Amino acid sequence: MLPEEDLKIIKEKLGREPNLVEQGCFLNMWSEHCSYRSSAPLLKTFTTTGENVLIGPGDDAAILKFEDGYVLAFAMESHNHPSYVDPYNGAATGVGGIVRDIISMGARPIALMDPLYFGTLDTPKNLFLFEQIIKGIAGYGNCIGVPVLRGETFFDRRYSGNPLVNVVCVGLCKEDEVVISNAQTPGNRLVLAGSSTGKDGLGGASFASRDLSESAEAEDRPSVQVGDPYTEKLTIEMTLEAIRKGYVKACRDLGAAGLGGASSEMAFKGGLGAHIIADNVPQREPNMNAYEILLAESQERMLFEVAPEDVDAVLALVEKYDLNGADIGYLTEEKTYVVEFRGEIVAELPIDFLTAGVPIFERPSKAPGSGEEGDKPEKSEKPEIPADLKQAVLNVLSSHNLASKEWIYRQYDHEVQLRTVVKPGEDAGVLKITDSHGLALSCGCQPRATLLDPYEGAKATVYENAMNLAVKGAEPLALVNCLNFGNPERPEIYWQIKQAVLGLGDGARELSIPVVGGNVSLYNESDEHKTAIPPTPSIGVIGKVELNIPIPSSSFTRPGESIILVGETKPEMGGSEYYTILGKTEAGAAPKVPENAQKIIKAIRDAVKSGKVSSAHDLSLGGLAAGLAGMCGTVGAEIDLGEISAGQQPDEVLFAESPARALLSTPEPEAVLALLGDLSCAIIGKTGGNGLRVKGESFEIALSPEELSEASGSLTRFMMK
Amino acid sequence: MKIAIIQFGGTNCDLDVLHVLKEVMGLDAETVWYKQEDLSGFDGVVVPGGFSYGDYLRAGAIAARTPIMDSVKKLAAEGKPVMGICNGFQVLTEAGMLKGALTTNAYPKFRCHWASLRVETTDTPFTSKFGKREVIRLPIAHMEGNFYAEEETLAELDENERVVFRYVDENGKVTDDANPNGSIENIAGIVNEGRNVLGLMPHPERASETILGSDTGRKMFESMADYITENF
Repeated sequence: MLPEEDLKIIKEKLGREPNLVEQGCFLNMWSEHCSYRSSAPLLKTFTTTGENVLIGPGDDAAILKFEDGYVLAFAMESHNHPSYVDPYNGAATGVGGIVRDIISMGARPIALMDPLYFGTLDTPKNLFLFEQIIKGIAGYGNCIGVPVLRGETFFDRRYSGNPLVNVVCVGLCKEDEVVISNAQTPGNRLVLAGSSTGKDGLGGASFASRDLSESAEAEDRPSVQVGDPYTEKLTIEMTLEAIRKGYVKACRDLGAAGLGGASSEMAFKGGLGAHIIADNVPQREPNMNAYEILLAESQERMLFEVAPEDVDAVLALVEKYDLNGADIGYLTEEKTYVVEFRGEIVAELPIDFLTAGVPIFERPSKAPGSGEEGDKPEKSEKPEIPADLKQAVLNVLSSHNLASKEWIYRQYDHEVQLRTVVKPGEDAGVLKITDSHGLALSCGCQPRATLLDPYEGAKATVYENAMNLAVKGAEPLALVNCLNFGNPERPEIYWQIKQAVLGLGDGARELSIPVVGGNVSLYNESDEHKTAIPPTPSIGVIGKVELNIPIPSSSFTRPGESIILVGETKPEMGGSEYYTILGKTEAGAAPKVPENAQKIIKAIRDAVKSGKVSSAHDLSLGGLAAGLAGMCGTVGAEIDLGEISAGQQPDEVLFAESPARALLSTPEPEAVLALLGDLSCAIIGKTGGNGLRVKGESFEIALSPEELSEASGSLTRFMMK
Repeated sequence: MKIAIIQFGGTNCDLDVLHVLKEVMGLDAETVWYKQEDLSGFDGVVVPGGFSYGDYLRAGAIAARTPIMDSVKKLAAEGKPVMGICNGFQVLTEAGMLKGALTTNAYPKFRCHWASLRVETTDTPFTSKFGKREVIRLPIAHMEGNFYAEEETLAELDENERVVFRYVDENGKVTDDANPNGSIENIAGIVNEGRNVLGLMPHPERASETILGSDTGRKMFESMADYITENF
């Protein structure tokens, strides 16, 4: 149902009552999901330009300049609501949708990343969602032959009843192969190609823009699309061949709001109108009406603008790849969106009004607590220093958030396409693009820090991902985001969005990373659990690596090297994994990004690029303890935190998640320290030996290789039980 | 000498194999869409990995029944080498060109990681450049790689040294832990009676450039190219 106020605006503009088909168009096109109606004013604050940005936000994907005439397509999406209702298909079609955003720019998809957020695995329902969502991503991504190279999997009970499935895709093509979505010439035909149109996914855009009700699983099932990766693979090849042969003048994939959305937006962006003949659309089932044909979100479909003389050639390609396709209308000079069905005009709307007439507004916002935007009072006491510090370390290392995600990524084909230089399980993945240059990829978010302080948490998220690239020696190119929040009609939630957008934007500006795209997923609240998700502005960042410089591993590789800790460890325990395990979710100060963070990132990148660093690892979740343990594999380490831990609580030194820190190991400590200059850094030990030994001012812990591997294998063991 | 790389709908390692044969090794190779049914002019075939026809019905079952497979059989009957990788192995068993069947992994999930293999015979057009019982590492990536054959067939394969690769541990021992998918007798690859048709689950094309971890896999394509040059 259209909101009352929208209907009023529409009636006034049209001077008549919109019919049911037209109402359906508005309902979907004016949804938050399609129109960003209440988030657009905030998104405007992002810096979206940069020397490598050829196309920024607004098209299906951004286009970035790379090397040797190559460009990258880059986009991010969420598929949260569908993945709760039907986890396998919801997650699978999330992959399918973002991949089509990439091919509609003319680029071949070369990498996927999946930041995922789940409720804790102690309930059968959460376990089911987790297993099925991973299966959906693997099933779809593996079949279409696009490697899932990196991801994040984060568990917190507040995602029960509303898991988040975000997906990033990167594509590659030559600059002159890029196609945009702006319609070019009146009289050109519109060809719909790929799968046929069924009744699935009806009203998906509007469904994605409300809370999940308790009965969502049953009631909203028809709103969930069903994926067919085999057809998607054929659609990729058909689309790229049609584009390479020069037949496609403009291209848009069919996603939210189906054919109605794609065709009206394509025409509008080219300053044109469109005439759609709904009867011509290849249909999967008999007796579909115009409303269903226009708004169904059936997957694996593309819309091409084609010159009349090329239509037959495009349809021949459709035939070659065993797909469906048809000439379903044409572009018009007059800026009207017309739909014809069974000889009658069933919709006739001013196209500017339909696609861009939605009222954009900011909602009221209010900081939680006292109403003042400032420090929140600590609601609970600090925990006691644990008597058994070793056990505390093992508890953190074996928590599902810290444990190895091997059970997940070994289900993803991460090596297809022969580009994978750095495989999953490291800070960033690296793909070979040309003989001299690679692409580094990282993604993720810090939801708990963001909940405590949305501005600092979002900013820390940018810095963490930038550090993940820096430890591989990569220069950042661009960032995309997925802004997952609760119901924006609540002022506290809108305040979170506002603060997080500012923090994300400031962090990106400080690091000169343009924000080139993303999406907004609001209303992530669960009726069943009476919870809103923690604010989760997740991001994907890509960067450029020189392949002739050795890329440091995330694990120690050689004994006898010096280990350097870079960055300052502060007692910022709020939202830490350690406090969460102890149930102290409200206690402690939120981590703050230090003022010199940008310098730290640059210095680490420079150190890595000097070729003198053999292993490097970002410090974040689980703090120094988790960072050190994560680097110990075949080679162990002996650590002395004497100076650093002087006068500090051992648990705070070991588990604080202060941003902008990293560990490096090097055979040439003097040279590396010189490169780090006056930044806070210290040699804290040597690689070698069995397992990990850490000595502090008042403590000493020794972890054997077996204890380390048992802790890190906790998720895999749990799932294979 | 020219090698055909067969593309079915859903094949997704076609361009990878083409890259290795052409760009990395400088061989003459071409992709052939399944609707082109004529393979005359080709001296060898690679049926690459992927998800032909979405693995619908059974992995490889639909591809095995396309007319182009008649041409592949004809070419094999002339003694020319045919290599089926991963889904290609599944296609060759479904087409009856190789014995046995590939069923769902013992732990029924997709598995992508590197595995150690032992080269059981160098007397094939694909393994002449290896040492006998040499232990190599190649990546695997599949959900239906659990090789099964009846006792009679296994005896036949063993007797004629037609098992080409087995999953082993780092020391070359056949162990249960080294078996990633439950394959009977840890079998990872076999040849036909004429020894010129090979099916294997691991991906040699993914181990053909050192920057990606190893170039061991290249030896298989080199062996195949040498065999063609010597015999055709």
